[in-house]
Amino acid sequence: MEHYIMNLTLKVWKQKNAATKGSFETYQVKEISSEMSFLEMFDVLNEQLIHEGKDPIAFDHDCREGICGMCSMYINGRPHGPWQGTTVCQLHMRAFKDGDTIVVEPWRANAFPVIKDLVVDRTAFDRIIQAGGFISVNTGVSLDGNAIPIEKAKADLSFAAASCIGCGACVASCKNSSAMLFVSAKVAHLALLPQGELERKTRVLGMVAQMDKEGFGSCTFTEACEAVCPKEISVTNISRLNAEYMKAGLSVDNSD
Amino acid sequence: MHDSKSPSGPLERKWSDYKGHCKLVNPANKRKLEIIVVGTGLAGASAAASLGELGYKVKAFCFQDSPRRAHSIAAQGGINAAKNYQNDGDSIYRLFYDTIKGGDYRARESNVHRLAEVSVNIIDQCVAQGVPFAREYGGLLNNRSFGGTQVKRTFYAAGQTGQQLLIGAYQALERQVALGNVKMYSRHEMLEVVLVDGKARGIIARDLINGKLERHFGHSVLLCTGGYGNVFYLSTNAMGCNVSATWKAHKKGAYFSNPCFTQIHPTCIPVTGDHQSKLTLMSESLRNDGRIWVPKTKNDTRKANDIPEGERDYYLERRYPAFGNLVPRDVASRAAKERCDAGFGVGSTKQAVYLDFKFNLINKYGKTEASKQGIENPDMETLVRLGKEVVKEEYGNLFEMYEKITGENPYEVPMRIYPAVHYTMGGLWVDYELMTNIPGLYSLGEANFSDHGANRLGASALMQGLADGYFVIPYTIGNFLANEIAVKPIPVSHEAFEAAEKAVSERINKLMNIKGKQSVESLHKRLGKIMWEKCGMARNAKGLEEAIKEIQQLKKEFWSDLRIPGEINEMNPELDKAGRVADFMELGELMCIDALQRNESCGGHFREEYQTPEGEAMRRDDEFMYVSAWELKGESNWELHKEELKYEEVKPTQRSYK
Repeated sequence: MEHYIMNLTLKVWKQKNAATKGSFETYQVKEISSEMSFLEMFDVLNEQLIHEGKDPIAFDHDCREGICGMCSMYINGRPHGPWQGTTVCQLHMRAFKDGDTIVVEPWRANAFPVIKDLVVDRTAFDRIIQAGGFISVNTGVSLDGNAIPIEKAKADLSFAAASCIGCGACVASCKNSSAMLFVSAKVAHLALLPQGELERKTRVLGMVAQMDKEGFGSCTFTEACEAVCPKEISVTNISRLNAEYMKAGLSVDNSD
Repeated sequence: MHDSKSPSGPLERKWSDYKGHCKLVNPANKRKLEIIVVGTGLAGASAAASLGELGYKVKAFCFQDSPRRAHSIAAQGGINAAKNYQNDGDSIYRLFYDTIKGGDYRARESNVHRLAEVSVNIIDQCVAQGVPFAREYGGLLNNRSFGGTQVKRTFYAAGQTGQQLLIGAYQALERQVALGNVKMYSRHEMLEVVLVDGKARGIIARDLINGKLERHFGHSVLLCTGGYGNVFYLSTNAMGCNVSATWKAHKKGAYFSNPCFTQIHPTCIPVTGDHQSKLTLMSESLRNDGRIWVPKTKNDTRKANDIPEGERDYYLERRYPAFGNLVPRDVASRAAKERCDAGFGVGSTKQAVYLDFKFNLINKYGKTEASKQGIENPDMETLVRLGKEVVKEEYGNLFEMYEKITGENPYEVPMRIYPAVHYTMGGLWVDYELMTNIPGLYSLGEANFSDHGANRLGASALMQGLADGYFVIPYTIGNFLANEIAVKPIPVSHEAFEAAEKAVSERINKLMNIKGKQSVESLHKRLGKIMWEKCGMARNAKGLEEAIKEIQQLKKEFWSDLRIPGEINEMNPELDKAGRVADFMELGELMCIDALQRNESCGGHFREEYQTPEGEAMRRDDEFMYVSAWELKGESNWELHKEELKYEEVKPTQRSYK
């Protein structure tokens, strides 16, 4: 593929810490190659800032291959930027052209407070998992892995839900800052497997209660979450969550 | 040399005998014992969860914002287990044998046999946790092949096996957090091990949000902190992967073993320019269906698809007919380098070879699907369409990743690949119980040296991480802690904690006060270049001697001209990185010393002076049949200890994949 060089204007959210107010800063970056990843462009900018004796921009990132879920930038009004099904770290600069202005913000949600610049606190997701996002088995199971056959179609659906990377783009894209796509992906992953059957009710009730407690908003089914999800998790999981929740709510008090 | 504590008796009974005789801690006493786990990848998360379930009081630490993000998550292809579900001749012995041979006879037999034994339990455990492994239409678990083996024993979840296994361990861990058995400290980095009366009794950690130093006590400390491939700057590791935890332990007296044993993975997306921050792996599982080739003529400038079949050199199939494209990683990497060095490389840099799916896409998958659907004499277009659907299901996410990075569609044109640093077999020396030579200090997973010898086979890293955490440490740690039940928690006001915190604080201040001109990143890049050129895929004495001098010089420059912006008591990623790179400088020197001392070639360690006439690695068993265990004596000064390797079961031979 032909590569090209570009100069860009960046407007980036700067915020010293959780206690201070933030604002946009404008930066110029020059001679960016279309072969670079978006985060490599930020590396170039940060090197430039350090060289000039200025403060570099703090941002979360780790694996840089689209799987750890750490990177989180709101680029030109869209979580993870313009490419479909892509994390920021996999977004490459050929998505932009010379002279573009790019606006970069952190995830914005009450449940994800800003720590510094583009870094937010997503520990609310861990607490939701603690509220039931698991199967209660201790180490040392002796049941053979092939003892319970699982219908391939269900196993595949479960896997598709389990491919959620917990990045929080769904929350960032939602006008209500709802975490329903994240929660539903975990509920669906486990509810679709026979191993997860026994705790179906307590799981869904526990996770939803924790989600509400963390201050995530309600779901009004605009499907913005699915549109920006880097792993393209389907909103049908939300329907499944609602069904699971209804069933659990109707029957949880009865010892059926 | 310290005793490896391998139990006596026949190999296949060692582990069950050990479990039958090791000391136990009763449930009431477990509640009084505290354990620190550093790192929450497969080894750390599985250990922390399992120890919490047993009733110990656990504190777990990770530098990421959540334990779910540890780099185990990026493992793609799969996890080995000797289940023999395919009825193709697999067994515990064969997995053991393949691993020993794959490691070029530089691993400890007893550890590897135990690994093969518990591999089957791992699959059972993960299925029970809800890990959605790939399944066949009959509902049973599916398998595929990996390099260095002739059976199908690899379990997988598309190209995201590491993610699914880690999420399983993470969920088990979070369950223990909810129950109050584990306390989780994310965005924390361990910066020192605290020793009291010679035993590991705690750590100093830094809160990466506010920069504050914290003291944590534990009756025992587990380092599950992964490998050190980032010493090369460019690697397939995550940006945050570092050696600092194990290096701090090394500086407190823990031996560092076989540091020069580095795995260069053959199938990675090639480097494109100086801006590059990391390299991306294309899973070894792709070699199940991808054929590797270069043009038969030098400097061929034609496009891949324009080169006719007869003018392609499938050099792995040519050189290694028995294993073909599925030779072990070290062999495949060197073969790629050999072709590129000889002028047959492809792409703009000529530092790449092709990984081509067309043949199997059409002939294997296309034809099978056509037959299944009852299409007689399918045309090429139909075969390609049908084949694509199957390939998409097997490797879809990898193909998409390749396209996002390179802008090329691998369904249409062959992938371009080149070897890159991926895994480090070396690490802290540990005995059979996974304890370092410091009592109470353990090391699990990639952070230790124990199971893979001089080369790790594909799909064995996940296996080892989970074996260590789920099934080994819960037994072996009891053997130590049973003698510690009378030890009351040591208050963190103890002088050892005081001194350790002071040392950490002084080092941070020293780094901040250099106030020079060069950034951490630029110095790290230069270290990586030295390591890749002189301690990479091929090494020689002259280059290594030069590298040692160059690293010492670079280290001086680092400590006199480094610039770190910002302050200590705030989130400061540049400061975090500076501490890690400072440790990489010291490690890099030791790697070169180790590579220079080992006058042989074995596995991933290829010394140009020691090769067979066919260019294969030439071991020198008479002189080097040992594990190197380096003890730090002072700046740039190490003493070598040797653990002799005694092969009771396997007879070491020249490794052959022909």
